[in-house]
Amino acid sequence: MELPPDLLHQAHYWMRLTRALDDRGTFLHKQSKIVGGYFSQIGHEAISVGAALALGPDDVAAPMHRDLGAYLVRGITPQRILAQYLGRVDGVSHGRDGNIHGMGDLNYGIVGFISHLPASLPVMVGMAHAFVLKGEARVAMGFYGDGGSSQGLSHEALNWAATFRLPVVFICENNQYAYSTPVVRQMYVDNIADRALGYGMPGAVVDGNDLSAVYHVTRTAVERARNGEGPTLIECKTMRMRGHAIHDNMAYVPPTLLEEWAQRDPILRLEAHMQERGLLDDAALSDLLARIEAELDAAQAFAEQSPYPDPTTLTDGVYA
Amino acid sequence: MSILTYRQALNRTLGQELARDEQVVLMGEEIGLFQGSYRITEGLLDQFGPRRVVDTPIAEEGFVGVAIGAAMLGMRPVVEIMTINFMLVAIDQVVNHASKIHYMFGGQARVPMVIRTPSGGTGQLAATHSQSFENWFAYCPGLKVVAPANPYDARGLLRAAIRDDDPVIFIESLALYDTKGEVPDDDYVIPIGKAEVKRHGRDVTVISYSRMTAVALQVAQQLDAEGISVEVVDLRSLRPLDRPTIIESVKRTNHAVVIAEDWYSYGVTAEIAATIQEEAFDYLDAPVKRVAGLEVPLPYAKDLSAAAKPSAHSLVHAIRSILK
Repeated sequence: MELPPDLLHQAHYWMRLTRALDDRGTFLHKQSKIVGGYFSQIGHEAISVGAALALGPDDVAAPMHRDLGAYLVRGITPQRILAQYLGRVDGVSHGRDGNIHGMGDLNYGIVGFISHLPASLPVMVGMAHAFVLKGEARVAMGFYGDGGSSQGLSHEALNWAATFRLPVVFICENNQYAYSTPVVRQMYVDNIADRALGYGMPGAVVDGNDLSAVYHVTRTAVERARNGEGPTLIECKTMRMRGHAIHDNMAYVPPTLLEEWAQRDPILRLEAHMQERGLLDDAALSDLLARIEAELDAAQAFAEQSPYPDPTTLTDGVYA
Repeated sequence: MSILTYRQALNRTLGQELARDEQVVLMGEEIGLFQGSYRITEGLLDQFGPRRVVDTPIAEEGFVGVAIGAAMLGMRPVVEIMTINFMLVAIDQVVNHASKIHYMFGGQARVPMVIRTPSGGTGQLAATHSQSFENWFAYCPGLKVVAPANPYDARGLLRAAIRDDDPVIFIESLALYDTKGEVPDDDYVIPIGKAEVKRHGRDVTVISYSRMTAVALQVAQQLDAEGISVEVVDLRSLRPLDRPTIIESVKRTNHAVVIAEDWYSYGVTAEIAATIQEEAFDYLDAPVKRVAGLEVPLPYAKDLSAAAKPSAHSLVHAIRSILK
């Protein structure tokens, strides 16, 4: 199914912005301006952007650490994100949390995550439950990965959502590795989405590097949820193209696997599709990339000028 | 005698125990192919194979339960939990299952397993990666909890833990992994439940464990130059707790400061201070002073993080305040 041109242009911008912002963060980490963990987005852009674009403005989402695109689509700016990475007061958590952890902003329907994935899933189920109790036609979207799918909590969350026919869309990003452990050492099934049958909800397997496919399937699930038809489990197959975090050189991944997946890069695929349809040419692409770099230069300048939090505020907010 | 890092001491001891007893198996996330998130299990998969060094799915509660079942049949699983923060995902199996099986099932089965996990905060890892929960486990009868402060103790206590017939929580520290020390090559064991006076002194006893013992020893050396003689008692085991060593020391110095990384209220320092009050009250020349973490989820920003954690500076301040 072909998506309309304006939607493709939007998605293209968000995916390119996601990758450029990720590159910018990597650069700042190499300069030791960002310390602690840093989590690459490369390979996940079609999932995070495609799924987030399928949501409505009043819906909520709990993205994970590979879903920078979803934060951007929902309206969290590169300024605030870079300030977050640098531990400044203008960061989304005002210096409380670091990197992409704890970067939620409920004003934009984003719930931040903690690293114990899939800890967000039951929380999204809870929000969906509240939507039903309050009679609101809103949808909750929970993201997790192949690794988090091994946690008992993912079972509890999916079972609850199915039992109460809640408006939840579960996005499982199967990127082939949980840290260093390949999927074949984590489970004996080919598709995580096949488990949906056991909960009593539809399951779909999607090519996670195909923006149009991700958007189409997610949009269908969001509409189903909004119409009161219950939850859906969508498994997006992709490949984590860098280590678990920046310290990890992923020597455990066969190079041929990475070469194979590099051929399916989600951004290059979208651009090829847009070129085929006459929606993008080389000049327009370089204009876009230049515009994004300028946007990020300004965002970085803003973030670096933002002050560090005042230590006298250390205990503010422990209680409401 | 060899000079080893804390990491090497753990690594070699795990290798030796795997070689010594075929009932020993290692389980955990990223311990085989990746050789451990902190490289504690380096080389062990190659040497012992995937039946003895088991990479697990991300399922802490599940694989701790698996270890319990294997231990009940006489195997000796050594489980790695990547950080103590992830112990909370497994805590029901640890507290309601492992710790109670021997007692509540009338002594039918022992649970000779070890859970190794690093605790404490370092490197701006923020709230969910910087916590100290050893007190939660030390609270629980049926568990043993040890927390070595140097490579020598790490090796001797790990041997003791693996050979023990009860579940042992073995607390490590990210900040200690690269510290070096002399370690004998022989097959020594450090008994669980025995503290050690790591430095003798006359004026004040500092009681601590794990990384805070290293901080206390540094402070003792610093204050020695000023004529303040600090005795450092390293607990090494939190359960069972070696109360006599603490009390004997405080009776000599008449002053006590307790330092730990966990939060101030309801933490390890409270237990030690209460013990001293009960058993050495008449010997104290000043109230027992506690140094612990500020009661806040540890934030990421550098200055905030530093202000929340106990340090050499806060220990010096505490010692001076009771010696005035």
